[in-house]
Amino acid sequence: MSEKRGAAFYVLAIFFALFVAFLYGPIVTIGILSFQGPSGGLTFPMNGVSTHWFFDLFEQQAVGDFWGSFSRSFMLGLMVMAVTVVVSVMAGLAFRRRFVGATWLFYLAVTSLIIPSILVSLGVGLMFDIAGITPNWFSSAFGAQLTWTLPFGLLIMFAVFNRFDKSYEEAARDLGATPWQTVRHVVLPIIGPSLIGVALFGFTLSYDEFARTLMTAGSRNTLPLEIFGMTTNVTTPVLYALGTLTTVFSFLIICAALGAVALTRRRKARGPSDAGKGMV
Amino acid sequence: MTDMPLDAAPPAETSQASEVRTLPGWLASWLLVSPLALVLAVFLLIPIAVIVTVSFWGYNEWDFFPDFTFENYEYLLSSSVTWATYLNTLKYVALSWLFTASIGFTAAYFLAFHIRSTVWQVALFLVCTIPFWTSNIIRMISWVPFLGRNGLANQFLQGIGVIDEPLEFLLFSDFAVVLAFVHLYTLFMVVPIFNSMMRIDRSLIEAARDQGASGFQILTNVILPLSKPGLMIGSIFVVTLVMGDFITVRFMSGSQSASVGRIIQNEIALLQYPAAAASAVVLLITVLIMIAVMLRLVDIRKEL
Repeated sequence: MSEKRGAAFYVLAIFFALFVAFLYGPIVTIGILSFQGPSGGLTFPMNGVSTHWFFDLFEQQAVGDFWGSFSRSFMLGLMVMAVTVVVSVMAGLAFRRRFVGATWLFYLAVTSLIIPSILVSLGVGLMFDIAGITPNWFSSAFGAQLTWTLPFGLLIMFAVFNRFDKSYEEAARDLGATPWQTVRHVVLPIIGPSLIGVALFGFTLSYDEFARTLMTAGSRNTLPLEIFGMTTNVTTPVLYALGTLTTVFSFLIICAALGAVALTRRRKARGPSDAGKGMV
Repeated sequence: MTDMPLDAAPPAETSQASEVRTLPGWLASWLLVSPLALVLAVFLLIPIAVIVTVSFWGYNEWDFFPDFTFENYEYLLSSSVTWATYLNTLKYVALSWLFTASIGFTAAYFLAFHIRSTVWQVALFLVCTIPFWTSNIIRMISWVPFLGRNGLANQFLQGIGVIDEPLEFLLFSDFAVVLAFVHLYTLFMVVPIFNSMMRIDRSLIEAARDQGASGFQILTNVILPLSKPGLMIGSIFVVTLVMGDFITVRFMSGSQSASVGRIIQNEIALLQYPAAAASAVVLLITVLIMIAVMLRLVDIRKEL
């Protein structure tokens, strides 16, 4: 590449900065507006600064069941995360070998990812209806969300194993490790940081999922459903306060995940410190 | 862990026994993929089969019942509303694709070829992807203070004297719908295109430059063709997400515009499940045809 920055660089840099402003500008705006004074409205100007709307949020009457829906979404996110990590890793390991039906299963996973969400929602809802089972967030919505998170997990595992150096495994096998020992002590530690990524996808995609949960959550809403319900009948900045809180929560999760990845990378870079210890 | 059969395998006694697997490879693979296959079978295949079945059922005002009738399809395909709605949805798809592809390509190009430090590259790439892990609904709502009648955009334009009256078309319009799609889905373009661009052998660009190609020629003759797989993967995401959308269109158009997804959602709300199922089947076939055409142009598994 050329040594000096050309005009193209600065033009593109400005374009990129505008793109980032476009991505984050609106969310920053509602962050500011959620501190609107008690008499303020949904748009600028600010009518004073207060935390009135955040307190309003925690009063049961003001909005729907905020705590209930949040705790359901949180639990569901953890469940989806755990299952996504375990199932994706297992499938990722399996797909490294050719097996009958591999291509079909791969296309099925891709279909699961790109099928319009309303079909999953409608289909799972109808299936439970016809079977006479009451849909619930931990059953039907849980399954419907997995159709969205598992393909992401699988694709990440493909990306991980495509870059995986198989000679480590061969070395382990030559030293007499069983397949399970090889996975436990060689493969998993190496792909560890990527698993944090899979977990992040699993949790956040579930926590924010709307379309596939809509007809499958049953009578008790998850948080995104609750928020969407609010858009039709809440006309005060309390909506922004809720949006700000849940976005801050998402950011904390993302930061924790990225921090964990950085930490494991650094520990790994420091050298093979704990190699062998796990075998004892 | 659920793969106990592997766990229970006794250790290989000698080094020459290392080739001997306790389980045949194909069986181990099958056991390992069985949870994935099970979830997809129960929550994807069976539900689709249910939708297809129910699309032939009958219904009245309060119930739906087993039947074998083509009425749902006849009604759907003979209605001019259906065709108009598909046309409107395709308009959203075309506009969203155009903007997400051009913005996404430009941003990815800047990241891949103009940022030299890896740390900055990773940091800026993360900046582009973080919104993906936050709520789409909040990101939609966050446009209200911008686009509303008394929103920032109107205040700004009136402030600098470009307009006298607030612009009404900013919120609750086709403009708002496409804007929201571009806002929500451009990162589905940035990520795969960036991935493709990072795999381009830099010596190809050197070679092109040595042969006297201008920066623009390098872009159109080397980088663009080699980024095509990423562009195609991003396009598949954007096209399918917009085709099946029902929330963005409903919220950003203020329930004034129709889309295929909204038709289905309305039928669901009216408990006309067989009609909704027939609409869903037609939508699925449409989307699958569009994807099949796009997949002809790229092999996804090679791109990961």
